Amino acid sequence: MPEAKIQELVIISGKGGTGKTSIAASFAVLAGFPVIADCDVDAADMHLILAPSVRERHEFRCGNEAVIRAADCIRCGKCLEVCRFDAVIAGGEGESYAIDPVACEGCGVCVRFCPEQAVDFPESLCGEWMVSETRCGPMVHARLGIAAENSGKLVSTVRREARRLAEEKGHGLVLVDGPPGIGCPVIASMTGASQALVVTEPTVSGEHDLERVLKLARHFDIPAAVCVNKWDLNPDMTERIEALASSSGARIAGRIRYDRTVTLAQIQEKAVVEIDAPSAGDIRLVWETLGLK
Amino acid sequence: MILAVASGKGGTGKTTVSVNLARTIGHGVQLLDCDVEEPNAHLFLGGRETGSEIVTIPIPEVDESLCIACGECGRFCRYHAIVTFGSTPLVFSELCHGCGGCAMVCPREAIRETGRRIGVVETRETDGITLIQGRLDIGVAMAPPLIRAVKARLKKETAAILDAPPGTSCPVIAAVRGADFVLLVTEPTPFGLHDLRLAVDMIRELSIPFGVVVNRMGVGDDRVHRFCREQEIPVLLEIPDDRRIAEAYSRGEPIVDALPEYASHFATLLWNIREFRNAGGR
Repeated sequence: MPEAKIQELVIISGKGGTGKTSIAASFAVLAGFPVIADCDVDAADMHLILAPSVRERHEFRCGNEAVIRAADCIRCGKCLEVCRFDAVIAGGEGESYAIDPVACEGCGVCVRFCPEQAVDFPESLCGEWMVSETRCGPMVHARLGIAAENSGKLVSTVRREARRLAEEKGHGLVLVDGPPGIGCPVIASMTGASQALVVTEPTVSGEHDLERVLKLARHFDIPAAVCVNKWDLNPDMTERIEALASSSGARIAGRIRYDRTVTLAQIQEKAVVEIDAPSAGDIRLVWETLGLK
Repeated sequence: MILAVASGKGGTGKTTVSVNLARTIGHGVQLLDCDVEEPNAHLFLGGRETGSEIVTIPIPEVDESLCIACGECGRFCRYHAIVTFGSTPLVFSELCHGCGGCAMVCPREAIRETGRRIGVVETRETDGITLIQGRLDIGVAMAPPLIRAVKARLKKETAAILDAPPGTSCPVIAAVRGADFVLLVTEPTPFGLHDLRLAVDMIRELSIPFGVVVNRMGVGDDRVHRFCREQEIPVLLEIPDDRRIAEAYSRGEPIVDALPEYASHFATLLWNIREFRNAGGR
């Protein structure tokens, strides 16, 4: 029963750098103690504003990684033949074969087909996820290991934990700061969310990327709203984007002006609505339009 | 030489740098748009499409007449893309990485592979620049195979600029792997620095020489420069925070066309990269 009451707003953008995190941090302030989930696990920035105190740390294991035992390798080349990810490095004269950990997809084909069983397949550590407290509410966030894979699975973990926390502690809203793009971490961030806010900008790239991300939202049946950040940079383009959004079935959630003090807020480790920023009122209006409270 | 343009944080100006570098080098250069989730370079270059190819990844198809429901394929698959419930296996194609393992382990050779479309690679010609871009289909999760398909079309003998996706995970690695030099584009802000650090760790892991471009100089503070000094990372170009640049960008105009006074910036950047490489910089 309480599950049905929890709303989950995911903030995405298609194009990167449109202001997702600045807006999400402001929403965290305005929402009155939501659970915050930073799902941009590749380049998580929310903690730079919300200054979390970490309460729990968990290892994130994401699969396995092939490792050739040099002593047992007979250089037959079978692994090289069966690997489809160019992850096998053929050794020079007298050297064993090796696996490039960065390229290895962890499929296990080389492990299975090595005639000498010379390939180990240990579980790999791909990062960590944390539960923290912030001045705006509890936050679940993560750090993906360097050059690690499986960001989608880490995103799912962060969202699941945020939801669990909301249920446990009776929060009505989970606020998800999503990653850019339309690929696996974005899909993992939005499937099953109650609403998506797409933050875009009035540029040819913003328009192009919005169209794709709205199609993605439709594909997964997530109601979408659109807000144009830095709208006054190109008012004509803003109109075009809003028309595009409406015709794609998205709600228009408002416009936020181009405001250089946004960076100032970031430097002071504050959300835009916590300082006297010209765009703070615009952000408040967008928040109210979303009607989540 | 392959010059990759990457960044931890999105929206710092990767495409701007890539497009303007391509325009500066001009005739014969290849521009590879590897941001296949959101390819944007074509918006700034126009030109006509000269080719489009569908890219697929191999996924299993089970021949029910041969399958004995032994479950070996399901036990092997690490991605839960093929599952057996004591019957002919079910294939969840969106989870499949295309490793081919299930077909290889099947004792009855009941699994053959068929292509699943993930996107297209398009080629465009404009003012002597060859733009090769990947475009991931909506709803497809896995970008790396498409990025590899874009890179497979690269001609080794001519210079190439490679526009990478944002972030530091598998799509970025797929894009920058094999590049001769990486330019990391950032901005002088807390987010910019934080994500630059991640990107630097990633590029160091890959052992590719790299330098930094600071975009929107003047918006924040000097933290990115301090970091680069401490880490002995060369700052190869600074692009000022000029509203006219943002406006030209919003209309889809390369800086070197809209604001010719900046043309020398990109020529200098190329020069700086060459100097740095000649000096054996890493």
